[in-house]
Amino acid sequence: MAKRIDAVDLNVYYGSFLAVEGVNIRIEPRAVTAFIGPSGCGKTTFLRTINRMHEVLPGAYAEGQMLLDGENIYGPGVDPVRIRAEVGMVFQRPNPFPTMSIRENVLAGYKLNGTRLSKSDADAIVEKSLRGANLWNEVKDRLDKPGSGLSGGQQQRLCIARTVAVEPSVILMDEPCSALDPISTLAVEDLINELKADYTVVIVTHNMQQAARVADKTAFFNIQGTGKPGKLIEYAETSTIFQNPENEQTLNYVSGRFG
Amino acid sequence: MAEQVTEARSASASPTTKSSGSASADKIFAGLAYGAGGLILLVLAFVAIFLVTESLPALAPKVFSNVDSIKSAENFWVYVMPLIGGTLMASAIAILLATPVAVGIALFISHYAPRKLATPIGYVIDLLAAIPSVVFGAWGMITLSSAMVPIYGWLHDNLGFIPFFAGSPSTTGRTLLTSGVVLAVMILPIITSLCREIFLQTPKLHEEAALALGATQWEMVKMTVFPFARAGIISSIMLGLGRALGETMAVTLVLSGGVFSLSLISSGNQTIPSEIALNFPEAFGMRQSELIAAGLMLFVITLVVNMIARWIVSRHKEFSGAN
Repeated sequence: MAKRIDAVDLNVYYGSFLAVEGVNIRIEPRAVTAFIGPSGCGKTTFLRTINRMHEVLPGAYAEGQMLLDGENIYGPGVDPVRIRAEVGMVFQRPNPFPTMSIRENVLAGYKLNGTRLSKSDADAIVEKSLRGANLWNEVKDRLDKPGSGLSGGQQQRLCIARTVAVEPSVILMDEPCSALDPISTLAVEDLINELKADYTVVIVTHNMQQAARVADKTAFFNIQGTGKPGKLIEYAETSTIFQNPENEQTLNYVSGRFG
Repeated sequence: MAEQVTEARSASASPTTKSSGSASADKIFAGLAYGAGGLILLVLAFVAIFLVTESLPALAPKVFSNVDSIKSAENFWVYVMPLIGGTLMASAIAILLATPVAVGIALFISHYAPRKLATPIGYVIDLLAAIPSVVFGAWGMITLSSAMVPIYGWLHDNLGFIPFFAGSPSTTGRTLLTSGVVLAVMILPIITSLCREIFLQTPKLHEEAALALGATQWEMVKMTVFPFARAGIISSIMLGLGRALGETMAVTLVLSGGVFSLSLISSGNQTIPSEIALNFPEAFGMRQSELIAAGLMLFVITLVVNMIARWIVSRHKEFSGAN
């Protein structure tokens, strides 16, 4: 179920502005891969090209190839809607649908792809997904209450439950803990560790300790200056990146000597 | 609302480090806010008192004016009910025609049209709101009504079994349906611009959540934009309805009025504002009271409509996204 991701010479544009240049990376299935780097280095931009969310912004597009188990998702005739259903995404700020209950939030993906679920199937999916997101015990008595009534950390785990409910092959996380307190962060990090048993997990984080804690491999992105494109500088095992990086820029960044 | 005000006041009073200057400025603004809030209630109360006192002779002729009946009918309700019926039917036509179009245009501007197209369309819609109602009335009377005549013939021939399209079609086209269409055009810009503003406020975060789950553009709209905008759409419809209920000039010019009938395509029917406008200049005594009492009924209808709207909006408060 988990799929491998290969980016081949990927350039990402906002209109005429080249935001990320020439990314070549192989992201392994059933592992957690972290993207780190300073603000504006294009790590979020690159992440959003993996499920074609990038092009939601007017004028934004990507060049090159993004292979999902060998299938180029930017190939002709590929429907971005299908790609997004297959590559789930968790956002920086928790965004459960405020007009839906907790249960409806978890089932939102099924509602979209038109699957008709019996009540017992739906119940099973809700319980499995919420258990998978370590949220079941906290919300099982109020599944019909609005998702927006939960705490920030619970909301983020609800968003993860919503993402895993449709069993995607890849889960992208865009700084999933940046709006959360340390305890909620810990809960989400534990969850990320469990998710890699079944999924390809890619996480963007500003928090280097977090990358060190959760990621198997880490990619460091950097930017030479404003107006210049972001580039993938170094990509290796997490321990290598943090303890023995090859590139001087990486060393400066992870040792706190950056900028 | 009162609780929020007291809360805000106690919150602003608590910091002790503030200079006395800002505290007195705070008091002045609080006073102004209270004054403005009170003023609107006062105005409303005066209007209500005026309407009620002036209508009493017509509402209870035996008690207040010592006559057996009002001038135009055996009692006030026999007189006013057909007018209420006409007013509600014309407004309902306007709302039914305008709402889907307005929501569609608003959605097109906010979520579908490229920016180059969206901005001019928005201007045109706003321009529509700036046209005086007498111009709409003249257009409806001269152009639209004659254009509607063949349509009425067709409606009568093919859908005549529905009471709304029964009866002989008007040869001038100056019917309640034509009035409703003119009203629809008039309230279109109100509903459109409000809906557009509300649609644009849908949090990007929620739209992206839907898209990232594999929603198409339309599914995203259904999943995030409409639920988020629900209360706002209802409010904008109510504002449009308020204008349609109270619109005088356009209906007066378009409609060749008459007795109440369910048929929308034959001449007949009258609305309250138009009835008042046509008759008020020559009315005195009891006739004047009748007309003012009819106005009171319009006031009550508008109030009830707004209360129903508020109730609909508050029913789903928990899921509104406001929390």
